[in-house]
Amino acid sequence: MFEHLAPLQVVLPLLASPVCALIRHRRTVHMLTLLVTSLTFGISLMLSAQVAEGGVIAYALGGWAAPVGIEYRIDALTVLVLMIVSGIGAAVMWYSHESLDIEIPYDQYSRFHVMYLLSLSGLLGIVITGDLFNVFVFLEISALSSYVLISLGRDRRALAAAYQYLIMGTIGATFILIGIGLMYMMTGTLNMADMAVRLRGVAETRTVLAAFGFLTIGIGIKMALFPFHLWLPNAYTYAPSVVTAFLAGTATKVAVYVLLRFSLSVYGVEFSFERMPLSTVLMVLALVAMFSASLVAIFQQDVKRLLAYSSVAQIGYMVLGISFASVLGLTGGIVHMANHAVMKAMLFCALGCVVARIGSTHIDDMRGIGKDMPLTMGAFVVGGVGLIGVPGTAGFISKWYLVQAALAGGYWPIAALILASSLLAVVYVWRVVEVAWFEAPPPGRGKVREAPLSMLVPMWLLVVATVWFGVDGELTSGLARRAAEALLGSGGAA
Amino acid sequence: MTDVLGLFNYWIVIVLMMTGFYIVIARHNLIKKLIGLSVFQVSVFLLYITIGVIEGGTAPIVAEGYAVYSNPLPSVLILTAIVVGVATIAVGLALVVRIQEEYGTIEEDEIQAQDHKA
Repeated sequence: MFEHLAPLQVVLPLLASPVCALIRHRRTVHMLTLLVTSLTFGISLMLSAQVAEGGVIAYALGGWAAPVGIEYRIDALTVLVLMIVSGIGAAVMWYSHESLDIEIPYDQYSRFHVMYLLSLSGLLGIVITGDLFNVFVFLEISALSSYVLISLGRDRRALAAAYQYLIMGTIGATFILIGIGLMYMMTGTLNMADMAVRLRGVAETRTVLAAFGFLTIGIGIKMALFPFHLWLPNAYTYAPSVVTAFLAGTATKVAVYVLLRFSLSVYGVEFSFERMPLSTVLMVLALVAMFSASLVAIFQQDVKRLLAYSSVAQIGYMVLGISFASVLGLTGGIVHMANHAVMKAMLFCALGCVVARIGSTHIDDMRGIGKDMPLTMGAFVVGGVGLIGVPGTAGFISKWYLVQAALAGGYWPIAALILASSLLAVVYVWRVVEVAWFEAPPPGRGKVREAPLSMLVPMWLLVVATVWFGVDGELTSGLARRAAEALLGSGGAA
Repeated sequence: MTDVLGLFNYWIVIVLMMTGFYIVIARHNLIKKLIGLSVFQVSVFLLYITIGVIEGGTAPIVAEGYAVYSNPLPSVLILTAIVVGVATIAVGLALVVRIQEEYGTIEEDEIQAQDHKA
């Protein structure tokens, strides 16, 4: 049982999904999904214990040994991302019931669960697999199901947003497929570890260089790196709140993980950052993302859209950390992946509570809502403070690492820019906080009830996590540091 | 000369890839965009299948008198990718049907115009 945890991590939600499609009974489906997502989170915790004890786990699927068969490979980075994805997946599922009742058409309720489980298993599969083609397949499993999830939004603009995401996501995935094909052409293997060794001999060929370009662009689209972020604001704004909370916490983070895997584990740090100008390219795009998206966020009238643009900016911080190509920088980027996942999922959960009570996330409708829904907007304040990076919240730890990495690398203007862009976050967070807490409610709106307990409890668990990761930074950053050291230590193509 | 004729398949791949990509970018009709996307994906299928071909090789079936076989793995991989492609187009078309129901049009600019009015 325990030696088979690795495939179970993916197979459990993957099998539960068609079962849900067959059952279709609302209550049963919801209970089953709750059970499966919680078990999935449990499995990821057990895997992390196994990795902490015995180091890297390599699992040969079907007993076929690595270069020929498909291998699941679990190291410190894998474990961290698995825990984020399955943890957010479970927390959002516990939160979802009442929100779904309000935001999703009655007959779509069980279909939502089918797609949610598929998306979750796809994301977990991308993270856990050590096989390049498998990455593409799982990428498409998670992407196709998330298009459907987004299109479930009540607003008809959700459909257009899902279509736009489908077009851009498919182009991104196809670019990744081209990249994988070109790499296979030169090396004759699909196993990541094997590929890293074999690439060394052919690293100078034009085919491998082209593959690197295709992969970088493809992954850039998937993680909504500026300027490929156009699909994200609409998709996040019009999707049901539960879907936005889930995707904001998982999908883009997994894409960042894929970037780390390809650029550092497969190609290796020397090829990606010394031979290729990946460091410069990522650094520039990350800085532009941090500033332009934060500025756009300041002027949004819809708070959900505001947070979506803030997500684009925050992806900039993660990529900035990677672009330093140092242990400190990578630790910062990886820690920010975890911290931002928790904070953004929680913020979108808070907006889901607002939608449940006043039916809108427009900033004018949220006037004075803080007094009626103190627990919801309290959570929002903690999350917002976390986005800014105030000490005592998770966001501080990641920004601390990033600033340290910038200073250690001799990029002191970038350290200043990190701080300056945090000021922009102060502006957009404060706008919402001011309206919600200090303005009088609009005339004609009666007393608003606090959100139901079933939504508040999972949301506040995420609040606790945000503060906990901020106070006891060792928990996430220790794992992230080990992951960063492993990534920089593993030489790929030279 | 061999650069042109010897790499014939790759030239076709590039032409198809760019044609598909151009249709996706330039057309505003949602169905035409999906057609472009399909052409774009098919070009990648061709790329993979071409990778697997070995000069003078036959289909990888053990038989007397044949010693050189083409690499079957890319073809098998691409079977999966074809399934993924079909699923993508299916989801895309389903979305277009829903968009037609809600907006009454499948022209991108008309949809945007309706959204701006709202």
